[in-house]
Amino acid sequence: MALEAQGLSFRYHKNQPWIIKDCNLNIQKGQRLAVFAPSGHGKTTLAMLLAGYLEPTKGQILLDGKPLPETGVCPVQLILQHPEKAVNPRWRLRRVLEESGRLSEELLYAFGIEGAWLDRFPRELSGGELQRFCVARALMSGADYLICDEITTMLDVITQAQIWHVVLEEVRKRDMGLIAVTHNHHLAERIATETLTLPTDFSGTLPPLHP
Amino acid sequence: MRSLNRRKKLLLLTVGMGVVFFGIYGLGILIPEEWVAGSFLSARQPPSLAHPFGTDALGRDLLLRTLKGLSVSTTVGLIASGVSAVIALLVGIAAATGSRWMDGAISWLIDLVMGVPHTILIILISFAMGRGLKGLLVGIAATHWCSLARLIRGEVLQLRSQQYVAVSRKLGKSSGWILIYHLLPHLLPQFFVGLVLMFPHAILHEAAISFLGFGLPPEQPAIGIILSESMGYLSAGLWWPAVLPGLTLVLLVLLVDNLGEQLQSLFDPSSAQE
Repeated sequence: MALEAQGLSFRYHKNQPWIIKDCNLNIQKGQRLAVFAPSGHGKTTLAMLLAGYLEPTKGQILLDGKPLPETGVCPVQLILQHPEKAVNPRWRLRRVLEESGRLSEELLYAFGIEGAWLDRFPRELSGGELQRFCVARALMSGADYLICDEITTMLDVITQAQIWHVVLEEVRKRDMGLIAVTHNHHLAERIATETLTLPTDFSGTLPPLHP
Repeated sequence: MRSLNRRKKLLLLTVGMGVVFFGIYGLGILIPEEWVAGSFLSARQPPSLAHPFGTDALGRDLLLRTLKGLSVSTTVGLIASGVSAVIALLVGIAAATGSRWMDGAISWLIDLVMGVPHTILIILISFAMGRGLKGLLVGIAATHWCSLARLIRGEVLQLRSQQYVAVSRKLGKSSGWILIYHLLPHLLPQFFVGLVLMFPHAILHEAAISFLGFGLPPEQPAIGIILSESMGYLSAGLWWPAVLPGLTLVLLVLLVDNLGEQLQSLFDPSSAQE
């Protein structure tokens, strides 16, 4: 049981520089990996590739030896950095959560999501409150792997701690694989079993930041 | 009106619109032809209590004739703008979700239709379809969808690139499901506002084309026909056959236009609370 990237390379156009080149990565269920890189070095791109949001230019993503399924609920779920963009502004939050399946009261309670919030629109909640919904939505889909792209970067430390506490508990309980993209080394120390620092793992050269 | 908020204002306008529409329809159907048929004894009378809009050169009561005319005009306006708005929705979605080739073809067609002046295009289509109500309806419906279609195309393109649509796909939702539950709720306000704002255009074009003699036949009491007939008597000092039916048309158009604008600002989240 593993999520693998083999010779993963990506660029937006063939005239443009590589954003990710020959990246190899392997994460087993139950492993927790922290990914570091300076800004603009393809952390989010890597996260999107691994979750199937982008198609790799070269190389492949394998889940247990097979490509990611194209239909149905994806077993690799990505949580994005900006929760307000990841929910439909015209949907009430109950509907946002129900998009990934049946509401889990237990999980809502663990995240401190109050019942009254469910009947509100996204505009009426703060970023931290919204991010809890996005994380809950990803967890409720029953995914085996969770990719967190700087999910708590914009939150205060208390909210960060709350959210990560619940995420780690769920990840342990369900024996999920976790990839956390972050700038924060202290956070990585607390949550990850191993770390990957993007530039050193490249076999090629880094693309110029502003070509 | 200042003390009323937008929702109340909209409600009032909608009720007003309803009353006006049903009133016009009801009167248009209920008023018997004999009442409109006048006598030469009462020809060319200025507005009075017996004839609030006066009478025309054939002695017909202009108020009754205007109401009957508006009933024809609103029918034309409603059907033509309804058909046009549906065309716009379908074409817009097709352009945004179809292949690049299709998008190019549709955008080219929109540019082409918008490039030709509406009035000329409606005259050509109406003439080719044998004039009358049918020619006019097809002509107006075939020319008014372009700007709304372009708007909807842009909206769909923008919505499809939203993160929540990508998330929805990874939660196992199909393209059809996403279209119905994620995209349509955003498109419907555009659609309804477009529809309501299209109605005044359609009704004015109907009047204009009939006025020019390419639309409805002269025996039908359409507003355009009344205005066209009144032209001959303007120089003789008969101002009421032109002014009063014309003003009634303008009032109806302004009412619908205002309704459309109120709807627009209510549907737009950034101005909904004003």
